[in-house]
Amino acid sequence: MSTYIIIGNGMVGHRFVEELVSKNLHIDNNIIVFGEEPRSAYDRVQLSSYFNGTTANELSLVTPGYYEENSIELRIKERVTAINRETQTVTSDNGEIIPYDTLILATGSVPFVPPISGNDREGCFVYRTIEDLEAITSHAKNSKIGTVVGGGLLGLEAANALQNLGLETHVVEFAPRLMAVQINDHAGECLRNKIESLGVGIHTSKATSEITDGKNRIHKMVFADGEELETDCIVFSAGIRPRDELAKSCGLDLGERGGIAIDKHCRTSDPHIYAIGECACWNGKIFGLVAPGYHMARIVAERLDHCEETLFKGFDMSTKLKLLGVDVASIGDAQAARRGARTFAINNEIDGSYARIVVSKNLKYLWGAVLIGDCSTYDMLLQMMKNRIPLPSNPQDVILPATSEEQSLGPDALPDDATICSCHNVTKGDIVDAIKNDGIVDLPSLKSCTKVATGCGGCATLTKKILDNELEKQGIAVDTSLCEHFAYTRQELYHLIRTEQIHSFGELLEKHGTGLGCEICKPTAASIFASCWNEHLLDTDKAGLQDTNDYYLGNMQKDGTYSVVPRVPGGEITPDGLITIGTIAKKYNLYTKITGGQRVDMFGARVDQLPPIWKELIDAGFETGHAYGKSLRTVKSCVGSTWCRYGQQDSVGLAIELENRYKGLRSPHKLKMAVSGCTRECSEAQSKDLGVIATENGYNMYVCGNGGMRPRHADLFAEDLDKDTLIRYIDRFFMFYIRTADKLQRTSVWMESLDGGLEYLRKVVMHDSLNICSQLEEEMSYVIDSYECEWKATINDPEKIKRFRHFVNSDESDNNVLFVEERGQIRPATADERELQLANTSA
Amino acid sequence: MKWKKICSLDDIVPDTGVCAQIDDKHIALFRLAATDEVLAIDNIDPFSRSSVLSRGLIGSVGGTPTVASPLHKQRFDLRSGHCLDDESITLTTYATRISKDAVSISLA
Ligand code: SRM
Ligand SMILES: Cc1cc2nc3c(=O)[nH]c(=O)nc-3n(C[C@H](O)[C@H](O)[C@H](O)COP(=O)(O)OP(=O)(O)OC[C@H]3O[C@@H](n4cnc5c(N)ncnc54)[C@H](O)[C@@H]3O)c2cc1C
Ligand code: SF4
Ligand code: FES
Repeated sequence: MSTYIIIGNGMVGHRFVEELVSKNLHIDNNIIVFGEEPRSAYDRVQLSSYFNGTTANELSLVTPGYYEENSIELRIKERVTAINRETQTVTSDNGEIIPYDTLILATGSVPFVPPISGNDREGCFVYRTIEDLEAITSHAKNSKIGTVVGGGLLGLEAANALQNLGLETHVVEFAPRLMAVQINDHAGECLRNKIESLGVGIHTSKATSEITDGKNRIHKMVFADGEELETDCIVFSAGIRPRDELAKSCGLDLGERGGIAIDKHCRTSDPHIYAIGECACWNGKIFGLVAPGYHMARIVAERLDHCEETLFKGFDMSTKLKLLGVDVASIGDAQAARRGARTFAINNEIDGSYARIVVSKNLKYLWGAVLIGDCSTYDMLLQMMKNRIPLPSNPQDVILPATSEEQSLGPDALPDDATICSCHNVTKGDIVDAIKNDGIVDLPSLKSCTKVATGCGGCATLTKKILDNELEKQGIAVDTSLCEHFAYTRQELYHLIRTEQIHSFGELLEKHGTGLGCEICKPTAASIFASCWNEHLLDTDKAGLQDTNDYYLGNMQKDGTYSVVPRVPGGEITPDGLITIGTIAKKYNLYTKITGGQRVDMFGARVDQLPPIWKELIDAGFETGHAYGKSLRTVKSCVGSTWCRYGQQDSVGLAIELENRYKGLRSPHKLKMAVSGCTRECSEAQSKDLGVIATENGYNMYVCGNGGMRPRHADLFAEDLDKDTLIRYIDRFFMFYIRTADKLQRTSVWMESLDGGLEYLRKVVMHDSLNICSQLEEEMSYVIDSYECEWKATINDPEKIKRFRHFVNSDESDNNVLFVEERGQIRPATADERELQLANTSA
Repeated sequence: MKWKKICSLDDIVPDTGVCAQIDDKHIALFRLAATDEVLAIDNIDPFSRSSVLSRGLIGSVGGTPTVASPLHKQRFDLRSGHCLDDESITLTTYATRISKDAVSISLA
């Protein structure tokens, strides 16, 4: 029995413990882990997702009870302050002295803060731990401008975070270009253009000499060239420094520029001490990524297990990232530093992308690459380099946009020993074995069986390709089932429901499914029923299928209350209409906001308040706005020819007509429309599923635009249409989409998946190539004729109204909903505010 | 066991849930049409602290009946209370009884 002490419970330290456990080394040995942070190991790689609402718990790498169950002693919030190699003991900051047989240093690194006077002022931060992010968030609340010092990978990631926090963001870089370590001059310039176009200020070749009080903002940064920049918040991200202070003070050898020197077994100059992760220095190099650290962890665990030994021989540092929304990748020798390297680059000024490959002198092998703006070839290039797959006769073909045969390197071109996942050392052979021998047919089971794609996730696309390829070879159809209850796609279900005239979920399940259904197939079926038959959503046999938003005809908010959005066709509203909304909002104490869809949203209604609120709205002539449904949202308009000096047609009139025509139409995902009065495009029609722009001679019709997560410019479908033709085309277009799209697929994604794309769509809709247009028009006119306002029908049906109460056995409303006031209106109380209010009421 | 009458079976639309108030507890009751039974678990969604689980969609995973939180879709096993998407979370379940169309629940 030996005692292993591990200093550092970060990503690599924790992985090392998992390696020990997987080799059962925790059973006969005594394992003690020290971690100085206030929590056990978490996913630092995903740290920035904290800003998108991911919680500390979700970032954790440790399943609750893991250390206890495996009898490993985890000492959180405890720092080791000294190592005594003579006595083989460590001293912790609470004074305890503990003996070890083997010591593993996994102390990671710290961000480098350049020695600038003023670098310790309040409002200066680093970006490494959850606590750092908490501090930045709270400071940002009272800031307007944020500046990152350092334009490397992490610096740009931090800049992204500041921008997401709503700050005007600047990046200050000492070197003449961004990402100086990974990419070359041209690529740096291309990246700079892309990032500047996103509104981030880039200041290269700037050495900060001093930080002092600002005039208008909290700080003033003074640069060596005399220029100045005022800012409220500064984040230093100018590289990392390995945490080698413990090693240094106990006399272990260090690398020339820091880091604990290790050999190919990850052993330090003391045979009882190992170092792994970012604190280690091999051959003069530090490895600032998680995959090499995981590799070192495995090497040391294997050694302690006396089993076959892998040796550390350096690590490929290729990376692919999305920085401020720009895809950036660097592979192998990106700088063409190797002797004899030759390069080939494409600088595409049209779409702002850049690609460069570095190849061997004889043009046979790929040594490295840089990609900016478009990383679609990353997987292929990486595999070519790692597996020394010979280049095509014209090496540049691998990055030329033309789709030559040789360029698309399918999974079959990869050798079995090609490493697919470098985080978990999974080869193509391992994946193929798992599929062949363990009968695996989907990505989730492949992940849990081989651990592939469960680290940084970078290999997931390639893994899926190998999986599909392998299944296809074995003649197994790739599973496109909707869920475990239906072995059909949405399109197939749509077809079954229509042709067999199925009107209820029970019937559908009996004829074509199994089990009880679930949160995936129920709303899908409900949406198809509604598109086909347009019966009321809350009819008893449909009620249980609706997502809560459809069930209560409002969007559920984070605290369980709902929003109320009356329809305002085309965004046109009378003063009396506005007054009604205002009066109702005041009466029920609702929060009001003008939405991005040209109407008013009222938030904070409890379920039991929805019917009385809607009754008042309906009595005043309003209808439901379907803000909750996968259906038509709004038709935005600009003021158009009625008032505007440039307007070509009455855009408001047309928008109102279109909104009234398609309101209530249920579809695979929501539908948005807009009408602009001229090409100045004030209603942003080219970002909508269906956009109309008025011309001198009529209307131009645009299709399949999208804002949201992945914006897409709409395609010009037809020009100078008269109104009747325009409406006929829209009828057909929408119905064809409803028939053929996948569940939750916006028109933009649907368009990209259509074989033949825009041309094909034109053939179907304009030239009736499938001979279905009269059917599509009929189906649409059925939906339009059977429209009724869902809220009006609900208000008039006492059976339906009964469901709008919080408790089935009492008339009280939800006492769990708590508000506070902000800027003169209500908002949901935060967790802390809730505790306070609850404590006060019970006191 | 002490039973407390909550509502009549007709008060719950088949394959949906309702929320009951018992003392200061919020409890979700789900009526499963397929097996004609009512199952009860806590109504407070442990992820959002909001009183909403009764408004989630009923479904099944394997043979087990489940409900998915209406906010972020985590699924809970209606018989055991286990969260299928986060092993560390289990909700309290409550015994239920249907007699003469009255739905009762036991807190013991
Ligand atoms: C209220 C509003 C924000 C605001 O305060 O302005 C809003 C609020 C919500 N949006 Fe939105 N979106 C609102 C305009 C937009 C716009 C702008 C627009 O329509 O011109 C967009 C981008 C345009 C687009 O969709 O192409 C937009 C893109 C999204 C997306 C991303 C869609 C995508 O394809 O990527 C989602 C998520 C989704 O639908 O899956 C979303 C989802 C949501 C949901 C439904 C999220 C949810 O499930 O709780 C929000 C609840 C609304 C509520 O409670 O009433 N919202 N959302 C806007 C309501 C407009 C309206 O009057 O109906
Ligand atoms: C914002 C951000 C984004 C990143 N993105 C990526 C990415 O996309 N891909 C990638 O591969 N890598 C990325 N990284 C780097 C990655 O997080 C690190 O490579 C990885 O965390 C290194 O693991 P480690 O265990 O060596 O160090 P750490 O995770 O830093 O763990 C070291 C731990 O040891 C503790 N410790 C130190 N000294 C002592 C002591 N004396 N006593 C007790 N405890 C001590 C520290 O507090 C720390 O908790 C990113 C890092 C950051 C900050
Ligand atoms: S799009 Fe044209 S008509 Fe409409 S408001 Fe703008 S300039 Fe005027
Ligand atoms: S390479 Fe990181 S998860 Fe596979």
